[in-house]
Amino acid sequence: MAKNLPKTGLISWLTTVDHKRIGIMYAMSAMFFLLCGGIEALLIRTQLMLPNNDLVTANFYNGLVTMHGTTMIFLFVMPMSSAFFNFLTPLQIGAPDVAYPRLNALSFWVFLFGGILLNFGFVVGQVPNAGWFNYANLSGKIFSTDHSVDFWVLGVQVVGLASLIASINFFVTILNMRCKGMTLLKMPIFIWATLVTQVLLILALPVITIALVMMSLDRSFGTGFFEPTLGGSVVMWQHLFWIFGHPEVYILIVPAMGIVSEILPTFSRKPLFGYSVMVYSISAIGFLGFAVWAHHMFTTGMGPWATALFSAATMLIAVPTGVKIFNWISTLWGGQIRFTTANLFAISFICMFTLGGLSGIMHASPPIDYHHQDTYFVVAHFHYVLYGGAVMALFGGMFYWFPKFFGRHLSEPLGKVQFWLYMIGFNLTFFPMHFLGLQGMPRRNFTYAADQGWNLWNLMCTMGAYITALGAIVFAVNVVWSLLKGKRAKNDPWDARTLEWTLASPPPEYNFSVNPVVTQLDDFWHKKYPNGKRLAEDLIPYQKEVDPSTMHVPNQSFWPMFLALGIVTIASSFFFGGHGLAVALAGATVLLVSAYGWAYEEP
Amino acid sequence: MGNHDHHDVHTRQPGNHHAANSGHHDHHAAAHSHHQVTEIDNRKYGMWVLIGSECFLFGTMIANFIINRHNTGTAPKPTDVFNIELTTWSTFILLLSSVAMVLSLDACKRKELKKFQLWTFVVVACGLFFLGCQVYEFTHFIHEGFGLTSSLAASSFFLLTGCHGAHVAVGVLIMSSILVTSLVKKETWFNYNVVETLGLYWHFVDVVWILIFTIVYLFVYL
Repeated sequence: MAKNLPKTGLISWLTTVDHKRIGIMYAMSAMFFLLCGGIEALLIRTQLMLPNNDLVTANFYNGLVTMHGTTMIFLFVMPMSSAFFNFLTPLQIGAPDVAYPRLNALSFWVFLFGGILLNFGFVVGQVPNAGWFNYANLSGKIFSTDHSVDFWVLGVQVVGLASLIASINFFVTILNMRCKGMTLLKMPIFIWATLVTQVLLILALPVITIALVMMSLDRSFGTGFFEPTLGGSVVMWQHLFWIFGHPEVYILIVPAMGIVSEILPTFSRKPLFGYSVMVYSISAIGFLGFAVWAHHMFTTGMGPWATALFSAATMLIAVPTGVKIFNWISTLWGGQIRFTTANLFAISFICMFTLGGLSGIMHASPPIDYHHQDTYFVVAHFHYVLYGGAVMALFGGMFYWFPKFFGRHLSEPLGKVQFWLYMIGFNLTFFPMHFLGLQGMPRRNFTYAADQGWNLWNLMCTMGAYITALGAIVFAVNVVWSLLKGKRAKNDPWDARTLEWTLASPPPEYNFSVNPVVTQLDDFWHKKYPNGKRLAEDLIPYQKEVDPSTMHVPNQSFWPMFLALGIVTIASSFFFGGHGLAVALAGATVLLVSAYGWAYEEP
Repeated sequence: MGNHDHHDVHTRQPGNHHAANSGHHDHHAAAHSHHQVTEIDNRKYGMWVLIGSECFLFGTMIANFIINRHNTGTAPKPTDVFNIELTTWSTFILLLSSVAMVLSLDACKRKELKKFQLWTFVVVACGLFFLGCQVYEFTHFIHEGFGLTSSLAASSFFLLTGCHGAHVAVGVLIMSSILVTSLVKKETWFNYNVVETLGLYWHFVDVVWILIFTIVYLFVYL
């Protein structure tokens, strides 16, 4: 069935195994979920605009907070990073595709169906409401009697499976599919960031997988792993969650660091300062990221030794992080800086991430953390690193690579309007939260009394959120307008340094007509500027486009989508009560048939 | 490592899109015929990575069992219900299956069809015997009052051994599919890389069982 499937139209997208198309589908899904998470954020801020507000109920507010965090992390930042991994990894390492094209399609479909399952609580009125960390035993059967928490547990389980499949795929792709001459220390820095992220995913995801299985057993089969009345431990959930959850923080930020490290050299017309130190720093962050999880748990009372060790390890992470910040600044230093929208976002990343990092160092100290815990200070901190940091960098990446993805530029004037709306809106929303936190305003409370002195700051925060929403509308308009009318992109519109810019925009399905050979870091740049002087345009070694029928590409396949359907059917069997077993068996049948169809079709 | 014909370095030119992989009969995607830096088959490489991930999967469950092993309340202790002789035998059979796996791979490399089918069958049979023992053992435990929800020690036991059993079952399913495929396609089906990749999985699942047997069945007496 794999042969002769159409190359255009709906079927071609459902059956595609082309990493570029899968990347675009990841990006589109991520933007849809960003809209969901953004609306949730606006509802939260509108509720908190005034004291004693009753726009939403306390219970629904809990659902909004839970789903905002879960959506932004698992359904926006991760898949948006994944969109860049997908689109760019083979192009930057000079490969025809990823190592396993069909598994790549599978991970996308599993992610999409899992994301829908995670949000299905909204449809049936049982929104997950135990927080994005789903702490036991609030998430246990005693306190969460309906299916709300099950949507979270199974949704995250399925989305995690998608990430695991993708991480193995990219790890092997990077280490095994590089073009000739691209040794590890000649890889683009974004590829290094991708590689480290995959290692984090590969090692952190199994821990949350087991924790979620245990949670499912507790909730649906009567075990008591996290249930104190049955001898279980609630702190055990915290440990398992954060052993995954802290590397997860780096899973979110490291790709963003990679994106920024690509944008800054291009728009400073200088090589990345301290490339190899940058590589070591990313690796060190990835390594130390596994040794700091309990700094989320200082207030559980782990005893002085554990507290001191985790505190020290956390402070240690500031060293490689600081090195990176200085490297970025040094990259800009003395460069011929072009303030394109992409570069503005990248520079704002450095500033915002540094601010978030500084407040992070503060609560690495346990005595300070005891005061910050569960206040808006922590909310301010992680929004500075994940929103001012990761999300701003992702937007920078979108502006930078949009021409390569779609063959047209995003509008620069609209982009700059959006950038400033985001920048002002973001800081107006989250900077006052530092003050609110230190004044003692607790997180996750659906309202507050009028006499606490929090009214002005909260009003400011909400106004900031509305300004950001304006920026989001500008971006949406920009994308639609640019896809239709945007300036056509040449192969190398930014005068950049890496291999994807040797290709047409958008690149042909087969990627490279001639396998690239590189001899040094930023090989394309050095070929463009052999003696520091730019070659004449017709001498620049762009990839030539050839007749696509002469190039072999993997066959399209329906099976990845069907297999993903089987997986999500099995996960949804938990919601069918007495018919659960029948639904699970039906899902398993779909899974098995798809797996055999897949194994025996011609790839 | 075999299959030296796999890594002939080639430059992919238009029209010349299937240079590598002359070593076996099935056709591969461009991604597979691309120059592979480490000269290791992508699937085999991916299996090693998956095994790295599985170490953390089983590590989490083993740690959970160690923490909860004495958490039995009034329910029977693990040592009250264990039948070490039976489990020792099933462990022995499972380890034998690893030997059969090596011989099956060797026969695949030498393209000796009958031997390949025989040893693959032995792998499947040993795996099924192990699973049968596990089903018998679980039924017996539950009958003795050591069920999934009896105590945290029991829950942790079933989580860990059940997950391992599921891994064995997946291995048995895939190995028997390979056996059937080779019975149907005969000499046209010798895929060294596929068998080696599955061999890695099978050996890993066995090695994990050695850990589980030692920690769950033996250390629990300490």
